[in-house]
Amino acid sequence: MSTGEKYLAAAYLVVFGAVLLYLVIISLKVTRLERDLAELTELARRQRAPGG
Amino acid sequence: MLSCAAAVLVLLGLGLALLWAPEDADQGISQKIFYVHVPVALTAYAGFGWAAWKALRLLWTGDERYDLESYTAVHIGTIFGVLTLVTGSIWAKVSWGVWWSWSERQLVLFLILFLFYSAYFMLRYSLDPGPRRQRSSAVYALFGVVLIPISFLAIRLAEDLIHPVVFTREGPQMSDSMFATFCVCLAGMLALAAALYRVELTGKRIDERIRELRELLATEPARQPVLTEVRS
Repeated sequence: MSTGEKYLAAAYLVVFGAVLLYLVIISLKVTRLERDLAELTELARRQRAPGG
Repeated sequence: MLSCAAAVLVLLGLGLALLWAPEDADQGISQKIFYVHVPVALTAYAGFGWAAWKALRLLWTGDERYDLESYTAVHIGTIFGVLTLVTGSIWAKVSWGVWWSWSERQLVLFLILFLFYSAYFMLRYSLDPGPRRQRSSAVYALFGVVLIPISFLAIRLAEDLIHPVVFTREGPQMSDSMFATFCVCLAGMLALAAALYRVELTGKRIDERIRELRELLATEPARQPVLTEVRS
């Protein structure tokens, strides 16, 4: 692999690595939102239950 | 749909850049960094421009939903800004032998633009949520957009440039196949940014609604039995 090819691969990998990292962050965020929503649903259920 | 279009265009652009577009006579294969660096830079400008447009809409109409849209656009623009600086540095190292050149006005102006928008987050989070924060953030986003045409013109006004000028008044200074590849790569990056913007905005909106819901549930427990009675 020539020097030019190495730098070219590095530039493309940086961009696609960043997109991949972003996808990981988004999936973590969706998981957190899902957990928050489940917690709120549970809270709402408890409040609606008799004596809650 | 947008995400699929982004994936197809980015992969197509990658294939065209690596397999179809000819190698540059002077720089060789490293010139192909152009197909990722320039579209990423233009997408960063588009993100900041979109943020300014949404900021203007906020100031014009007072509709607070534009605040979140402007903030998300700055967020996306900053991510692409980081990628512009990193890919640009890699290209600079292989072409000029240095990672950075302070004598290049366009590089320095892009760095200033990037730092300006990075400071946007500091301003935003130093203020309490509300109309004051929305207006201050909008004004800041609008000021930043002024730097974009300056950054664009800088390279054309520079006298001692080593940064290449590809788009001149005579049109693009490259072959048709190179230009076609560049257009596909640019369309791919813009579609990718639009898809990320949409996902990020949806996430932020859901986050905001969950916060509101949490506050409502925490402060109004007495209303719940009434709701139960009405429903039954």
